[in-house]
Amino acid sequence: MSNLREHILKSLEQGIRFDGRKLDEIRVITVEKGISKNAEGSARVVVGDTEVMAGVKTAVEKPYPDTPDQGNLMVNAELLPLSNPDYESGPPSEEAIEVARIIDRGIREAKAIDLPKLCITPKEAVWSIMIDVLTINAHGSVIDAAALASVIALAHAKLPKYEDGAVKYDELASAVPLARKNLPITVTVYKIGSHLFVDPLPEEEEAADARLTAAVIEDGSIVALQKGGEKGISAAEVDAMLELAQKKAKELRKLL
Amino acid sequence: MAYEERFDGRKFDETRPISAEVGIIKEADGSAVFRIGDTVAYAAVYGPRNLHPRFLQDPSKGILRCRYNMMPFSGAGDRVRPGGNRRSKEISMVTEKALLPILNLDEFPNSVVDVFIELPQTDAGTRCAGICAASMALADAGLTMRDLVASVSVGRVDDKILADLNYKEESYDGEVADIPIALTPRTGSLTLLQMDGKISRPELKKALEIGKKVCEQIYEVQKAALKAKFSVGDAHE
Repeated sequence: MSNLREHILKSLEQGIRFDGRKLDEIRVITVEKGISKNAEGSARVVVGDTEVMAGVKTAVEKPYPDTPDQGNLMVNAELLPLSNPDYESGPPSEEAIEVARIIDRGIREAKAIDLPKLCITPKEAVWSIMIDVLTINAHGSVIDAAALASVIALAHAKLPKYEDGAVKYDELASAVPLARKNLPITVTVYKIGSHLFVDPLPEEEEAADARLTAAVIEDGSIVALQKGGEKGISAAEVDAMLELAQKKAKELRKLL
Repeated sequence: MAYEERFDGRKFDETRPISAEVGIIKEADGSAVFRIGDTVAYAAVYGPRNLHPRFLQDPSKGILRCRYNMMPFSGAGDRVRPGGNRRSKEISMVTEKALLPILNLDEFPNSVVDVFIELPQTDAGTRCAGICAASMALADAGLTMRDLVASVSVGRVDDKILADLNYKEESYDGEVADIPIALTPRTGSLTLLQMDGKISRPELKKALEIGKKVCEQIYEVQKAALKAKFSVGDAHE
């Protein structure tokens, strides 16, 4: 473990990564929309060898008691045991819950969905928007890949018709798009020693001192943050990490 | 009104379009995707690997453990709640039984071979698609195998015996029998056989004949996908 860190650190000092990338370079990304015809919106995102799928389902349900006139948003992430030998079956791990909550906060705080508009009858019936994101092959940088897939699935999701108390799941075509324009792009910046980099390989994730995840909206504002890793970061490092996150978010936004 | 022509215009013994690939999940020891019509099944194999907790271990042979799962957004209508239910547990169990006869796990005492099946999109025939993908993934993992397993659903809609029912046919408003089967094509031995609906013995016999014929077609697709990855002269892998 510490040998791994030293090895990575030495190569980072020469500006080299395991796979020959620059520190601020993201692996090749491919995006495929509409991968599941039964979802109201769906997407596959492949970042290097990491592959994730996200889908949006909707339902008409009771609102939460504290938001009686707003729609419900729920984000769920599954680190499938299919996708990595270290992931186990069973209830969601801490890691999976963190991924889901990071994505949830980004979408919520960006106000990417107009939740008050999803109210049908206050206190009685509102739309629930349920985003599920699952890993198919987990090989580093799952947080950012999962967030990107979720946002792309949401960007292309449409509400079904709702008539006479029934949701018409097979009538989407004329339906209104769910998401607004200000979608968040989530970028995690990792730190080893004094080096900052994005889109880590699993070994780089394991050896990292700390990470900072930022959800960035179109004007560059930051709408959600999450610091992770075992070591602390200084305020100056936070600023440098966010500068890099903003730069990368601008690039990734083109994929929406 | 009798079922004279299939909703999607297929012949009664004709499957929906089938495609398959192996080695699609790099972290896994073996993997495959199997598509039949709009139903898509991914399978990944891990192992033989250590089995924990230890009381599950069998000192005489390795065990096979399957987990079938529909992704939450994969089904028509409501979201499928994650975490499994009675249906997915039973399907996991019959999948295990469908695959066991082709494996020889005697050499791997105290170990487990894990098979994970995930469906991102479904339109009936999901357990069969899962079994087809899983058997290819086991071969891709390099395990010693007696054969592959091919699987399809057959059945009856009104007085017609047909292969590979889609969702619309399964939920047809008339007499329907849905019979998922799996078999080892070399011997014709059935390793999965379930039914719900109503059928006579002669009709079942005919359905199984059609099923055997269709499984032989599926077998060719499975073998072709494996050969595409492992054929000599391929520079990859």
